[in-house]
Amino acid sequence: MPFALLKHALRRPPAAEAYWPQPGELGQSYDVVIIGAGGHGLAAAYYLAREHGIKRVAVLDKGYLGGGNTGRNTTIIRANYLTPEGVAFYKESVELFRTLSAELDLNLMYSERGHLTLAHTDAAVRTARWRAEVNQHLGVDSSLVDPDEIARICPQLNLSRAVRYPILGALYHPPGAIARHDAVAWGYARAAARLGVELHPQTEVTGLVIERGRVSAVETSRGRIQAGKVLQAVAGSSSLVAGMAGLKLPIRTVPLQACVSQPLKPFLDTIIVSGSLHVYVSQSARGELVMGGSTDPYPLYATRSSLEFKEGLMGPMLELFPFLAEVKVLRQWAGMADMTPDFSPVMGLTPIENYFIDAGWGTWGFKATPVSGKRMAECVATGRQPALLEPFALERFERVELVGEKGAASVGH
Amino acid sequence: MKIMTCPLNGPRNIAEFVCAGEVKAMPDPAACSDEEWAGYLFLEANPAGLIVEWWLHAPTSYWFIAKRDTVTEQIVATYTVEQFFAQARAAA
Repeated sequence: MPFALLKHALRRPPAAEAYWPQPGELGQSYDVVIIGAGGHGLAAAYYLAREHGIKRVAVLDKGYLGGGNTGRNTTIIRANYLTPEGVAFYKESVELFRTLSAELDLNLMYSERGHLTLAHTDAAVRTARWRAEVNQHLGVDSSLVDPDEIARICPQLNLSRAVRYPILGALYHPPGAIARHDAVAWGYARAAARLGVELHPQTEVTGLVIERGRVSAVETSRGRIQAGKVLQAVAGSSSLVAGMAGLKLPIRTVPLQACVSQPLKPFLDTIIVSGSLHVYVSQSARGELVMGGSTDPYPLYATRSSLEFKEGLMGPMLELFPFLAEVKVLRQWAGMADMTPDFSPVMGLTPIENYFIDAGWGTWGFKATPVSGKRMAECVATGRQPALLEPFALERFERVELVGEKGAASVGH
Repeated sequence: MKIMTCPLNGPRNIAEFVCAGEVKAMPDPAACSDEEWAGYLFLEANPAGLIVEWWLHAPTSYWFIAKRDTVTEQIVATYTVEQFFAQARAAA
């Protein structure tokens, strides 16, 4: 054996760099307490510290960092929504995502693939045209393409007319991308910790202290913390945490299931979505097909996976890609999606002073991570609803001014 | 396959049913405030635990009420609409 090699075997391996320090003692008071250490909560902590100079921030989580829906989504990032409010919001998110790897000094494996939303009915073609017009008007690269163009963009798709739902056209969105979702949470966590933010996983919030309509402290499994301001960012548990503040939300919590196939050689560059067939699929950097469908048919606080989901997904998948028939499913999982009646988030101020909410993230939360963090930080720091979040305020329901975002994923058209 | 017991059709595959949301007391639309009405329309208790909901057996267009647990996914009981509201009145 060459000596050089033996030397390496005997040498102590270099210590791995910790992304953030081991959680220490919980402090007695913070300027801002963020409930939920997922992508949104960690991003909000980062922007609070970096852009608003608020560094006495604690991010609490009952589990581990990024262990909820941040690590359970199918990582698709796009801005080709239907409503002007939604498009403006997600457009800012895509712009932030594009430079985020450099900003956080961590490779998020942000990969622009192009995104096809297939249309199988005349109604879906009309919706695609509508979305393309709204997108182009707001400066988002998006257009209606015909089957010949689809064949050029994604030759693997089965464009035969001899199927139950032939492809009539598609909405094509070249900036559509995927990214490593865990890395987004880790990147924000590391950058926030470097700015002095404290991260406290395994710290469950058990109650909120509210006096005369103002929040003043947070009860946790590790004791009480005084808090100047509190932000809840707990997708999947939004109603439960808001309930501690005495708030009722326009949310139903429904499982959203997903699965991946065994790894295959890279063959699918484009992200393929079909609202009519309730299918979306992309190929990850390690070759697995990441697949999802529609949300479960009834509310549950559970992340179990069902055979019905896989049956409902695989039928249309094989119509789009018949050659996948022999491919095996490798893993399956679910997240809990907080569905709102208008498929849009609930963000910003609440009737309780100094209590802020970032909820209602249904099936559209991951792609909004940077913009939500940035704008919620602005909202918490200034105590005012940023213009971009105005359409998503909780009070829109009282005014019956719903957003009607039918461009959301996993929503039937 | 999950089985739900329909008060009209007996035990059936849950895929035949449509969940139509929580049973809520409707405020008097003529007398209540806009805020109360919007609350009735949009706000949900969304509990982690027992929930009472409207369900529809789609093939027979039959509406009924089910009590289930949103954490364990157990269906605790199903009621005809008459049964449920008679019980609710008796309890009140």
